[in-house]
Amino acid sequence: MYVYSEFDNAFLAERNAQFRAQVERRVSGALTEDEFKPLRLMNGVYLQLHAYMLRVAIPYGTLNSAQMRKLAELADRWDKGYGHFTTRQNIQYNWPKLTDIPDMLDSLAEVGLHAIQTSGNTIRNVTADHFAGAAADEIADPRPVAELIRQWSTDHPEFQFLGRKFKIGVTGSANDRAVIKAHDIGLRILERDGETGFQVVIGGGLGRTPMIGKVLRDFLPRADLLPYLEAALSVYNLLGRRDNKYKARIKITVHEHGIDAIRDRVETLFERLRTTFVGLDQARLDDIEAAFAPPALRGASVAAFETACKTDPVFRSWADTNLAEHRDPDHAIVSISLKAHGATPGDASSEQMRVMADLAERFGYNELRISHEQNVILPHVHKSDLPALHAALKAAGLATANIGLISDIIACPGMDYCALATARSIPIAQEIATRFDELKIENDIGPLKIKISGCINACGHHHVGHIGILGLDRAGVENYQITLGGDATQDAVIGERAGPGFSADEIVPAIERLVQAYLDLRTEPAETFLQTYRRTGLAPFKSALYPEARAHAA
Amino acid sequence: MTTIVTDAGFAADDWNRGYAKPNAAANDALALHLEPDTDPDQVPLSPGLEMIRVNFPSFSDGRGFSIARQLRLRGFAGRLRACGHVLADQYAMARRSGFDEVEIDDDLAARQPEDQWLARANWRDHDYQSRLRG
Repeated sequence: MYVYSEFDNAFLAERNAQFRAQVERRVSGALTEDEFKPLRLMNGVYLQLHAYMLRVAIPYGTLNSAQMRKLAELADRWDKGYGHFTTRQNIQYNWPKLTDIPDMLDSLAEVGLHAIQTSGNTIRNVTADHFAGAAADEIADPRPVAELIRQWSTDHPEFQFLGRKFKIGVTGSANDRAVIKAHDIGLRILERDGETGFQVVIGGGLGRTPMIGKVLRDFLPRADLLPYLEAALSVYNLLGRRDNKYKARIKITVHEHGIDAIRDRVETLFERLRTTFVGLDQARLDDIEAAFAPPALRGASVAAFETACKTDPVFRSWADTNLAEHRDPDHAIVSISLKAHGATPGDASSEQMRVMADLAERFGYNELRISHEQNVILPHVHKSDLPALHAALKAAGLATANIGLISDIIACPGMDYCALATARSIPIAQEIATRFDELKIENDIGPLKIKISGCINACGHHHVGHIGILGLDRAGVENYQITLGGDATQDAVIGERAGPGFSADEIVPAIERLVQAYLDLRTEPAETFLQTYRRTGLAPFKSALYPEARAHAA
Repeated sequence: MTTIVTDAGFAADDWNRGYAKPNAAANDALALHLEPDTDPDQVPLSPGLEMIRVNFPSFSDGRGFSIARQLRLRGFAGRLRACGHVLADQYAMARRSGFDEVEIDDDLAARQPEDQWLARANWRDHDYQSRLRG
């Protein structure tokens, strides 16, 4: 994987020195709080409910073992011994002191990590498919392109004070695991007539006005990526609304002007910008690509794996849910669930981080990934190593076999941490996971994605959950609205609102009624919740959710 | 009074020939003053135009950076000035976007003295953009 060059390291050192000075200038009064705010935000520092929060980027979700150990070290030295992996492939520390943050950033820089542009009205940390470089269905590894975009967008002089934040996601597979249609710009690598390029999708986003992105360009040749992105960003910077923060995202700009008008502007500016790139970017991309060359996968018998599948039902159950198909049939992609029943989704203790770093070193060619679904991935594990890996994970409490199941819930931090939240998310996720674990029907239910947001900003992606839960504040009382039928994949759909919300006490029983309705409605066990929902529509689920309404109608 | 910031530090304003608005008979203007809602494509770039000044009503409004960039792309080679609420922290961004200088008022110059601007006079260093372009 890509290792920071001398230039990258010098840049980080300079940037960290600047931030250290900015903190000092804030203290001295040279910077007002208003002026300091965007500067700290573009360095990943938020002010939350109880404390500052530092959001560290995990660019395109890729880490090596040393970097993972560094994340553990930060948790121990400057925080409370844990970190929270987010839906945008970042990790958040919830309890740092502002005056410690410059030291934390210097420490991160030792392993090529940073918190640059993880917040603020700039181009955010670029995200990618968490199975990148390993997935069997991949056309090309999206990480080299994501790294090129990281370099281009980092400290880009035009785009540090945009009207609003700007998120870019990249996938190299037709099966979208990076939710690119819910990004300001989503890129899908594809091939046409032997040439590699991108489908460019623009104006997607969740939040208070959820929208699925629209196709801006069907096929953009690979070499044109940066001038095209630059044109799109420049058009947005000048055209996007600045009178109302809730209408400032590019999805609103696209909606108000129409995709065709936006396309005309982008294409015109693109033609002009194209001449300013003369190939240095492509040479750099070639170097980056070489750095991302796949590891030399070892060959060995997979008999140990096959035996364990037959003889160890606990291993078998974990293998059935937590493994994904690797492009090499003798290897597997391993998902480590950070969703133990009753735990906080996405949280990992420093001890768990160190265990995962060690295991990546021992079994996984020194590579780890963080998924937007808040789990950790070992992208390359030889199948013969899986039994030993599973045993080690089990010993560390990391062998929960629930990837893609009802307890593998995405949840934002909610009112337990976040200053914007209107309701708690974490306890709801914990209660749902615990309840379905007690019922022992999780495997029978099969693939089902529940996503929970603690406010309308939708960090928990509730709009694209098969079951989405949105926590609101109704006259000082938490109220949870349900949306159904959302989909985060290449067939992205915004879920439909089911009806009136539920109190914190009522929401888990309501989810149970929904699931029971699904089990009754499905034609066969192989028909998933989403397939059933698409076949039947909202009505039968609605009557399961609101039995009293049904009684009154009768 | 205002202060002009360049890579050399603070100086007094040496431009005393005024500014025209880009619409009103600006075809033969010596200097133009632009607000951030200006479409840079519509700015008349006449041969006699020596100076363009772009206003930053608030430091958090970054439209001026794109305006500068697009004016340069259109071929404007004269003096390009950012004025208003621009922070020392934004000096490198202004220079990299194509501005030559920044005009700030006395309050800001007092609160963010010359050394804080000079600290960013090395804007050519550590620049990802220059590594990706010709």
